[in-house]
Amino acid sequence: MIQIDHVTKRYGETTVVDDVCLSIPKGGVTSIIGANGAGKSTLLSIVSRLLPSDSGSVTVDGLDVATTPSGKLARRLAVLRQENHMSVRLTVRELVAFGRFPHSGGRLTSHDLDLVDEAIGYFELTDLADRHLDQLSGGQRQRAYVAMVLCQDTDYVLLDEPLNNLDMRHSVQMMRRLRRMADEFAKTVVLVVHDINFASCHSDTIVAMKNGKVIAQGDTAAMMSPDVLREVYDLDIDVHDLSGHRIGVYFS
Amino acid sequence: MTTRTVQVTATHLPPASAGAFRDARRRERRTLAVLVVVAAAVLVGFCTIGLVGNWEYALGIRLRKVATMIVVGYAIACSSVIFQTVTGNRILTPGIMGFDALFVLIQTLIVFFSSGLALTAADPRLLFAGQVVTMVVFASALYRWLFGRRSRDLYVLVLAGVIFGTLFSSLSSLASRLINPNDFVVLQDTLFASFNQVDPGLLLLSVLLMPAMTAWAARLFARLDVVALGRDHAIGLGVDHSSVVNQALVAIAVLVSVSTALVGPITFLGLLVANLARQLTGTYRHRVLVPAAGLVSVIVLLGGQLVLEQVFSLNTALSVIINFAGGVYFIALLVRESRR
Ligand SMILES: Nc1ncnc2c1ncn2[C@@H]1O[C@H](COP(=O)(O)OP(=O)(O)OP(=O)(O)O)[C@@H](O)[C@H]1O
Ligand SMILES: [Mg+2]
Repeated sequence: MIQIDHVTKRYGETTVVDDVCLSIPKGGVTSIIGANGAGKSTLLSIVSRLLPSDSGSVTVDGLDVATTPSGKLARRLAVLRQENHMSVRLTVRELVAFGRFPHSGGRLTSHDLDLVDEAIGYFELTDLADRHLDQLSGGQRQRAYVAMVLCQDTDYVLLDEPLNNLDMRHSVQMMRRLRRMADEFAKTVVLVVHDINFASCHSDTIVAMKNGKVIAQGDTAAMMSPDVLREVYDLDIDVHDLSGHRIGVYFS
Repeated sequence: MTTRTVQVTATHLPPASAGAFRDARRRERRTLAVLVVVAAAVLVGFCTIGLVGNWEYALGIRLRKVATMIVVGYAIACSSVIFQTVTGNRILTPGIMGFDALFVLIQTLIVFFSSGLALTAADPRLLFAGQVVTMVVFASALYRWLFGRRSRDLYVLVLAGVIFGTLFSSLSSLASRLINPNDFVVLQDTLFASFNQVDPGLLLLSVLLMPAMTAWAARLFARLDVVALGRDHAIGLGVDHSSVVNQALVAIAVLVSVSTALVGPITFLGLLVANLARQLTGTYRHRVLVPAAGLVSVIVLLGGQLVLEQVFSLNTALSVIINFAGGVYFIALLVRESRR
């Protein structure tokens, strides 16, 4: 379980994460939604110990992320940030293999290599595996980064906008994969998504943030209501039942 | 903890990574082997070509020069590669950021403030130890001040490096003018060091220090590979980023001290050899990059000196030529970076 306890983060005078308390149960897919600047990425960075909070605490399976050795946490929790840039030149295969570092410390076992190959295959990167990252399209690169994070094979996976730059087919594939990780392997997946319909179709729980606060959370069906969505986005969204899913329509 | 895989049947492919990584390792080994052969050839050439007269005596002098160049070359190469990794940058090196000028300033100030205390008459090795410790402290402070905030602009950093380098050298020359003449003699010996004029005691100490420094740095290599991905990726992959950076800084400060104490600043050598090594090996792995850069460095120093002495019969300091070539390369890198 991820337990977020009164977490606050300020930049100067502005509070970007405001006294957030949240618990994310073990197993299942949780989507975090909210407008630009709501504080989603900041919260995710604090949970994944990339950013220190000003006050409050976060524990993962009872381990305080601020004090637990980074290496121990990396075998339990993997994180993908919204923006990824590297100054070092790597091939896709080398990048994905880095996902095994927490387990193998740079010496890849045959088990590690199997996981690397599997991730590369699943994300349809096989033909691109020996290309350098700067020779890929935006969506291909995004898939490579996600492949690295999933290669870490941790119980908890935090992904900040994993669907960035992906076409529809690859978005659906990505979400299916996350769903299956939760269903078949009891993993806990937390992701930030902007497309509420992806959140609706693939997650168990939705958490909505606004102005640094969690303003609503609950199971997907309850959260996919026009009232809640209006509150979150300041936008009128029609919600329809379509092929067994709650679908929001907000295009016109 | 579960370590099972999500099995995918539709797109399952035969394992390709094992082969790809094996090929990559083989290429790295081949490049290193070629560099070793070239370095050995240059070394033999340097020791034997044009040896006349009392050859035992002449060979002794040359061997001392060879030892100096190996120590200095390796120190500069190793510190530059690690510095580039830690700063996430292929253009900055300790030399460019004014670290060796800082060491010269520390040397000067220690002599300056210790005059009258008869410290200058103390064991030069003790003095060197004091300088190194001071260097570790101040170099770490300088690093933190320059790179402490996230994502600094490259050009601001380059400018800061140039300004600090100039500032440190001006302060050194100011202080050395204020020193009393007796102490200045001591200082002069240390400050005007070159490949032809190396303190034998210091050289011996450095030769002994090198394996220890190599072992200290080598422990960090695997983690430095991850640090090269950037702070957030490194932490995400379980590397204690700040601890690795701190240890790397200690190594860099000691290595810069050793090379600067022996032969003085060679600002652009590090940039040249670190990037050449990256290009020749095409790898991100420090286990390969650091030895490769060290070998390139030794080849450049020994080969350069050999060509200077034997072909052009010049006695110009090699560092002048290296700084010229390195400086041109530096500007080319900056221009290329600005076009992106
Ligand atoms: N380093 C920083 N300094 C000052 N303000 C910052 C900093 N980083 C983020 N902020 C501010 O914090 C707020 C929350 O940012 P955050 O990145 O968490 O938003 P987000 O919900 O992820 O938005 P998006 O959907 O656009 O990714 C924003 O208003 C942003 O301007
Ligand atoms: Mg964000």
